[in-house]
Amino acid sequence: MSDQSLELKGSLFPLSVLSCADLSVSSLSQQLRQKLAQAPAFFYQAPIILNLADVQQAPDFHAIKQLFTELKLVLVGVCGASSELKQQAQQAGLAALQLAKDSKTAVTASSNTRQTAVVTSTVNVPMDSKIIEQTVRSGQQVYAKGADLIVKGTVGAGAEVIADGNIHIYGTLRGKAIAGAGGDSTKRIFCYNLQAELVSIAGNYWLSDSLQGDFWGKPACIKLQDDQLVLAELA
Amino acid sequence: MAKIIVVTSGKGGVGKTTSSAAIGTGLALKGKKTVIIDFDIGLRNLDLIMGCERRVVYDFVNVINGEANLKQTLIKDKRIENLFILPASQTRDKDALTKEGVERVLNELAKDFDFILCDSPAGIEAGAMMALYFADEAVVVTNPEVSSVRDSDRILGMLASKSRRAEQGLDAIKEHLLLTRYNPERVEKGEMLSVEDVKEILSIDLLGVIPESQAVLNASNSGQPVILDKDSDAGQAYLDTVDRLLGEKVPFRFLTVEKKGLLKRIFGG
Repeated sequence: MSDQSLELKGSLFPLSVLSCADLSVSSLSQQLRQKLAQAPAFFYQAPIILNLADVQQAPDFHAIKQLFTELKLVLVGVCGASSELKQQAQQAGLAALQLAKDSKTAVTASSNTRQTAVVTSTVNVPMDSKIIEQTVRSGQQVYAKGADLIVKGTVGAGAEVIADGNIHIYGTLRGKAIAGAGGDSTKRIFCYNLQAELVSIAGNYWLSDSLQGDFWGKPACIKLQDDQLVLAELA
Repeated sequence: MAKIIVVTSGKGGVGKTTSSAAIGTGLALKGKKTVIIDFDIGLRNLDLIMGCERRVVYDFVNVINGEANLKQTLIKDKRIENLFILPASQTRDKDALTKEGVERVLNELAKDFDFILCDSPAGIEAGAMMALYFADEAVVVTNPEVSSVRDSDRILGMLASKSRRAEQGLDAIKEHLLLTRYNPERVEKGEMLSVEDVKEILSIDLLGVIPESQAVLNASNSGQPVILDKDSDAGQAYLDTVDRLLGEKVPFRFLTVEKKGLLKRIFGG
């Protein structure tokens, strides 16, 4: 017999967090029913965390719990609660969780301010570019954050070049090129010889199989048009 | 000051040790005082190829740990003046090498050798990284097939980013391509990548092309570096390679299928 019949381990799970300004049962019931009607199967018995960050007055936890059961949802716990609310939630049999987003929001806020600072100081200056003089070898990864990427050499098979801006490759592209990594769909990839494993613009990608054809082994420009990747001559 | 050359490839079985033995022997034949270090700790092979396996008393790890000095450990080649071997340990593993220890040994060797050849293990793990870390030049041994070429590309990336020269912002390691097991007949049939293909993919200077040859296996089995077999095509190709490594301009041989003459065709050859 194993003496390890019981095991407690920490794990991370994706949970839906419900934020709602008005937590009175009647209003919550109405709004939730509307929401669930849009995708009933998706939320069936879904574990939910109630965000209490913006809530001052203690809601009726027991009633909310019952409402969730009726709606085939599982209320697991609360987050962002003040100590008073937390206690009441715990008494109602709910777990009080740390709102991880608290720290994250703080970080984004500060990085936002930092970014703004950068932007104000670089007004009227075009997007920066990162220049790689040599060949990018297999296994190497180059990321031009918030910039265009220019590679003078070749991008080897198994190498990855990523840019938030455009990508220009003056050698052969044999590896992966990912332009508009920040989600900008107007960005393009230019290369002198297209033999890529993968090209991607703003999350839309093509594998080498779809690149075979007129432009394989030739100079090419890749752009996004109506959510479709389009290959064009470099002219 | 000695020149430290790493013989590396990423992929295993492409001919690193054979090439280390041949090039090291060739440099010694040219009057350069040369030591070949076997960095393949745990899979000691160089001593077999060099035919000195029965004379291994101490090894590289012993020297690093201070259990033996270099004088006790270096094996002097019996055939050629100026040639020494520093064997690997067969009982230890690659973690037995420390950067400080390797540096100390290399510095000590650099005092009285012209060339230090580091025979790298396969892979891109600690052992291979240790072999290339202190290099001034690199001989990247590649077979004319896609997986070997890709692994060489990976190692070239490592040479450019993980070496001492890269970390300290010194001049980059000088990279040489050594194409081994080259078979012009199979290249002509399109079964093998050509010299031009490999050069184009890796974009580094070509140091030598060693033809696929029966002489290599014979040499390995008899513990004679193939470069000493001067009648063989592989031996001659290695001699050319060593000349180029020393800066001489030598035309490339054995790149095309040898046209058999009428007599050869009749009598076989």
